[in-house]
Amino acid sequence: MSGQYISELERHLKEGKFVYTGELEPEKTTDISETIEMARELKGYVVACNVTDNPRACAYISSVVASYLIQKEAGMEVIFQLTCRDRNRLALTSELLGAYALGIRNVLALTGDHTTLGDNPQAKPVFDLDSAQLIYMIRKMVDEKTDLAGNPIHHPPKFIVGGVANPNAEPLEAEILKFARKVKAGMQFCQTQVTFDIEKTKAFLKEVERFEVPVILGIFPLKSYGIAEFFDKNVPGCAVPRHLLESLREMDKGITDKQKRKQKIDELNIEFFGEFCRELRKTTRLAGLHVMAVGYTRIIPPLIEVIGR
Amino acid sequence: MIVTREKPLDEILGYIWPFTKILIAGCDGCVHPPRGLREAKTYALMIEMAGKAKGKQFECIPVTVAKQCDNNIVYTSLQSYINEVDAVLSLACGVGVQVIVEVFPDIPVFPAQNTVFMGSQPKEGAIFYEKCRACGECLLGYTGGICPVTRCAKSLLNGPCGGQVNGKCEVGGWVRDCAWYLIYQRLKKLGRLDLFEEFRPPRDQRIASSPREVGGLVR
Ligand code: SF4
Ligand code: SF4
Repeated sequence: MSGQYISELERHLKEGKFVYTGELEPEKTTDISETIEMARELKGYVVACNVTDNPRACAYISSVVASYLIQKEAGMEVIFQLTCRDRNRLALTSELLGAYALGIRNVLALTGDHTTLGDNPQAKPVFDLDSAQLIYMIRKMVDEKTDLAGNPIHHPPKFIVGGVANPNAEPLEAEILKFARKVKAGMQFCQTQVTFDIEKTKAFLKEVERFEVPVILGIFPLKSYGIAEFFDKNVPGCAVPRHLLESLREMDKGITDKQKRKQKIDELNIEFFGEFCRELRKTTRLAGLHVMAVGYTRIIPPLIEVIGR
Repeated sequence: MIVTREKPLDEILGYIWPFTKILIAGCDGCVHPPRGLREAKTYALMIEMAGKAKGKQFECIPVTVAKQCDNNIVYTSLQSYINEVDAVLSLACGVGVQVIVEVFPDIPVFPAQNTVFMGSQPKEGAIFYEKCRACGECLLGYTGGICPVTRCAKSLLNGPCGGQVNGKCEVGGWVRDCAWYLIYQRLKKLGRLDLFEEFRPPRDQRIASSPREVGGLVR
């Protein structure tokens, strides 16, 4: 794809370019043309898009198939998400071999939300491996050219493998030690959970600096008061700052003109995240931003403009 | 101990309905709540009364066995009754029920309990907590004596996962303790956080694959 590099994402990270990644969430459907459309809108702004794998334990269209279609139809590089919840090591191995055959090069290894949180809570959760072990397995496929048990792979795959971390986690020390485990397993980049807390984020980034693994921070621009409130209530451990919630609520109530309201909300997001991210770029070794803006892609170009490439 | 819960009486009546003479076999072993002679007598009374109310005359013989998981003890304790009854209702765990089946293959045997897990109770009357899943490869030496296989909802070996918030687990809505949070705290207290940082490779799931067998010791 890009000379000595396996993917554009790898090239950006290795060359020390600040990266933007986006997020796409194919749903319970056989037609992902809307998702592909979103991918097209993000082209030129983000270097790659994460494609979720049964997020929140809901049974959706296969992540590998969606990833393939998005790369093929929209020309958008993907970060293929893979969870340990629904597949044992055999299924994970074949999924990865298939993914590589279909041109997928970036993988994000996740544990996965528990089945009881999802839309088929009666299901049996698998968790044959955990996320650190999945990273280990992928690296083994790439570096040693074998599966987990040591059986050789003909035409072994080449992947860049990432893991996740949570800057909001308390106690932070436990999260850092978990990060260390993933680094030992072979994590090559990290994408984080969404955060709004600059102090916690700085502390987290400072602590993980020593591992020299590029960290891409998750941010979540708030499209409306409703979404902000939902997020605040339903994502424990990650509060939306009060002043943001208040301003959004006032805009929601106070501004009747739809266009004007949109504009004000966009301005608020650009101001908050602009400052937040510029500050982090100044004071830490942040490698990039993962902008979770499903259904709010219009915010990405102006955001990038204020935060900078 | 092996924690069990009683099955609804209607389910039990459904099993034994075609029969009249029922041997109610308690167990004095590790089954919990206690299911010895006293409980066997209670079951006998309940079944006879419920039968009567529905127009059926059961005849129950309540007995108990020191350990229903021991073929020999089961044989000596029950063999004198077996020819007198039409069916056996076992008050023991699932192991006990199966041992009776093995020892007396010609008579129908039914469970009165749902066997739930191996666990403990912090104090009398309190809730029981599952503590061990008999995974066959005990990790407690690395985890400060707290079992991640059983007490982490995802059985993670390199936890905690992203679902941990303020020490609580995402499963059940952040009410229960996250096992990996407990492990972290314990190892920190013991000055062994080095163990918490150690990557644990995938396990050999064959060790925990049922059905399992182990060599016996001759007494
Ligand atoms: S690790 Fe847990 S499940 Fe396995 S034997 Fe030890 S206590 Fe039991
Ligand atoms: S929150 Fe803790 S106990 Fe619950 S699944 Fe995650 S690591 Fe396991």
